Amino acid sequence: MTRLIPYPQVRQTDATAQTKKEFTSDQEVRWCPGCGDYAILAQVQRMLPTFGVPREKYVFVSGIGCSSRFPYYLDTYGIHSIHGRAPAIATGVKAANPELTVWVVTGDGDGLSIGGNHFMHVLRRNVDLKLLMFNNQIYGLTKGQYSPTSPLGKKAKSTPMGSIDYPADPVSVALGAGATFVARTLDVHVKHQQEMLRRASLHKGTAFVEIYQNCNIFNDGAFTKLTDKETQADSVLEVEHGKPMRFGKDRSKGIVLDGRLHPQVVDVATVGEDTLLVHDETNELCALVLSRLGGDGLPTPIGVLKSIQKPSYEAMLCDQVERAVQKGRGSVQSLLDEDSWVVG
Amino acid sequence: MSKVVETVSTVAIRFAGDSGDGMQLTGTQFTETTALAGNDLSTFPDFPAEIRAPAGTLAGVSGFQINFSSEAVYTPGDAPDVLVAMNPAALKANLRDLKAGGMLILNTEAFNAKNLERAGYAKNPVDDGSLTAYRVFQADITGMTLKSIEDLKLGNRLAVRCKNFFALGLVYWLYNREMQHTEKWVEEKFKDPVLRDANLRALKAGYNFGETAELFQISYTVREAKIAPGKYKNMSGNEALGLGLLAASELSGLELFLGTYPITPASDILHFLASKKSFGVKTFQAEDEIAAVCSAIGASYAGALGITTTSGPGLALKGEAIGLAVMLELPLVVVDVQRAGPSTGMPTKTEQADLMQAMFGRNGECPVPVVAARSPGDAFFAAIEACRIAITHMTPVILLSDGFIANSAEPWLVPDMSKIPRIDVKFRTEKEGFAPYLRDDKLVRPWAIPGVPGLEHRIGGLEKQNITGNISYDAANHALMSKIRAERVEKIADDLPPTEIGGDQEGDLLVIGWGGTTGAIRAGVERVRNAPVRGERRRIGHVQLRHLNPFPKDLEAIMKRYKRVLVPELNMGQLVKLLRMRYLVEATSYAKIEGMPFKESEIVDAIRAELEPRAASRDELESRGSSREKLEVS
Repeated sequence: MTRLIPYPQVRQTDATAQTKKEFTSDQEVRWCPGCGDYAILAQVQRMLPTFGVPREKYVFVSGIGCSSRFPYYLDTYGIHSIHGRAPAIATGVKAANPELTVWVVTGDGDGLSIGGNHFMHVLRRNVDLKLLMFNNQIYGLTKGQYSPTSPLGKKAKSTPMGSIDYPADPVSVALGAGATFVARTLDVHVKHQQEMLRRASLHKGTAFVEIYQNCNIFNDGAFTKLTDKETQADSVLEVEHGKPMRFGKDRSKGIVLDGRLHPQVVDVATVGEDTLLVHDETNELCALVLSRLGGDGLPTPIGVLKSIQKPSYEAMLCDQVERAVQKGRGSVQSLLDEDSWVVG
Repeated sequence: MSKVVETVSTVAIRFAGDSGDGMQLTGTQFTETTALAGNDLSTFPDFPAEIRAPAGTLAGVSGFQINFSSEAVYTPGDAPDVLVAMNPAALKANLRDLKAGGMLILNTEAFNAKNLERAGYAKNPVDDGSLTAYRVFQADITGMTLKSIEDLKLGNRLAVRCKNFFALGLVYWLYNREMQHTEKWVEEKFKDPVLRDANLRALKAGYNFGETAELFQISYTVREAKIAPGKYKNMSGNEALGLGLLAASELSGLELFLGTYPITPASDILHFLASKKSFGVKTFQAEDEIAAVCSAIGASYAGALGITTTSGPGLALKGEAIGLAVMLELPLVVVDVQRAGPSTGMPTKTEQADLMQAMFGRNGECPVPVVAARSPGDAFFAAIEACRIAITHMTPVILLSDGFIANSAEPWLVPDMSKIPRIDVKFRTEKEGFAPYLRDDKLVRPWAIPGVPGLEHRIGGLEKQNITGNISYDAANHALMSKIRAERVEKIADDLPPTEIGGDQEGDLLVIGWGGTTGAIRAGVERVRNAPVRGERRRIGHVQLRHLNPFPKDLEAIMKRYKRVLVPELNMGQLVKLLRMRYLVEATSYAKIEGMPFKESEIVDAIRAELEPRAASRDELESRGSSREKLEVS
């Protein structure tokens, strides 16, 4: 992309020699002790140096919330912006300079409540950026109101008799918006999270990763079933492209779709592995089925649920501009002189 | 038979019809031809709010007024000399403005029972004697149009739509205009040869009708005006503003990024810039007003020239984001093409009531520079100035325009880009000694854009420590930063040129206006200055402010050189309050809030009343349909 005159001509740093230390800012981290965000921060700081992108090219954009304090703790360019609007700001950053690597950090309140609109549109447009949503099913920063992902009946500061809101599911909303990459992981699953971050970083287009995160002060234990050693095997379905859907102790359980499109848990030994659903990242319908799993005896899927390739918004934007410029760059004087006449 | 040709100096013609009748096109073509004929002119399109209101109703009337002259023209004309009414609703809606004795051209075919009823006429005004005060010319414009093209077999619906060209041709004859420009336009615009021929024929048929029909015995000429030599083009405000933004991009070397959302009357700026991709312009139609301004902020953060365009309701939505831009201290231009409010208001009517919103519409102490365009042509320079301030002082700037400026057109002296000063941009690259909020002598922080190694930093909406930019809740720091943000805006006034004063440089009365009222005020001031009362000439000055925040430094001294100050505005008194607040000056407000521009005569009356305050009573002024408020200083 041709740049006009004042842009700085600088030499990029060597992306192969980066370490976690360089990516860590000098700011004291102020999340509550025991917050799930620490784990996420650690994995991001560990993984970013490995993606082959020079540190100066990263821009982290956040909104408002505990999640959104994230940029302060990374030594990269960052904007801590206003509630819900990070995807819109990030779209402007990426569109103006597509050579930057843009990450958006949001939460279930910031991203799905006030920011629900911008969330939907950035995914719909497929802007090439990574969007991490720390879903703790509560409003942490403002001290404990329910959020759009809190379960029905949730007793919180603003809902002492229990929430009467039906929750929305971020993955379902993302798929409905036409997202090209949708993944889910858990704050405590270190290796899995790292892999999700790696996959997201490789994706060209909007990469949405929902991270179930424990807010130990205002909503402790929301995901215990998924993280507790006793229950996690039966509650979590780790999906991988091309592999049959198996979970449970010794991976003895599997998922099938019955004749009326109802997912069923089956015993693999009984039905045989070849009858199980095989995960296909490129199949929209597969992702849709997975998005409705969870609760009612069905496990919650984690992993890359969907990954397809489509031209990204800013690539198409820049392409249109390039093509127009190639036909002949306009000059303002010639535009001013157009349709003019001379007096005297 | 030989017909008389009369020379007149100034004429105002209003074309009015149903919104599907093509009156805007007729008016625009007549305007271009008239500009080429060398007349000075000003136009005022009066759009209905609905895209297609039910045919024949008052809600659907669309009008276009052009005032042209062999003298200087400053306004579209207080009242038309000629009204072309294509249907009863157009007559009903516009008749009251026609001058007594004015020419009324009616399309008789449309004056049938159905249309008369839709327009709310119990009887046909053509027959009931209600039009005796005017010179009425009845012509079956529709019928004659159809006749002239009947062998082309166009089909009734399309054929009827050619009648606007008939009306145009007729008025061309009436004012002895050349038709080449319109003929060439039709040839280029209509690829379908049948449509092209139909329109050309209708045009000629209208002209010939004027020439041959006994109905019209007199035609008129308006001689060329003495216009200063130079290169001119016909320019409307939205286009000029868009060109100004492009110019600012060229002058600064920055890439233009427009994040915006369609809204009347600003959408045309988006359309204009969206078609200018060959200039490297990126236009982004966001999902809403807030995403629009946020995307522009993101673009500025990345080193582009971030612009957003909107009208009043959109500015209201953008408040929080503009506050963020103030905290981030990034360049951003927010264009508000004002329309009548409040709330949805009257989208196609003009007003200038967003000044207070521009000044104060954010939480906390959140100063934002405000620049206002003064005319369609001035919008070009106002846009460049807004961008200059935004870039040079690392701040959002609100650029105010209005519906009248946006859609009105005037001949405009084409500027020479090589004579316009460049806008300096320095992106920070030096790592040594860098701090995100380390300021220069203008209190401006460095523009350190992502992609430059060694300058990695985080900024945000929380209060920050001066120099380091780290989050800070320190009491003294907040006081310091608040003062710095205010002072940084005040320092913009250090570089402003001396304020231009029209008319007398000192004397009895200073009229201060802002925005699109320039022409009416100038015309009104000239009228009073040139009409001595009891042998005494009144000395009146006229300042049309471009900078509303900060005010120019010389304004206070200028105001003191006059006995009185009058502030005409299309709102309920906003600039007048700012002036009184800042300077403790006893300025008088002349406020009109009708969704219509000022008439020259209204300004004249207000000036006269201000010069002789006891002569006109409040009741007298109110009966003239405008309100005037004298604010008392306690």
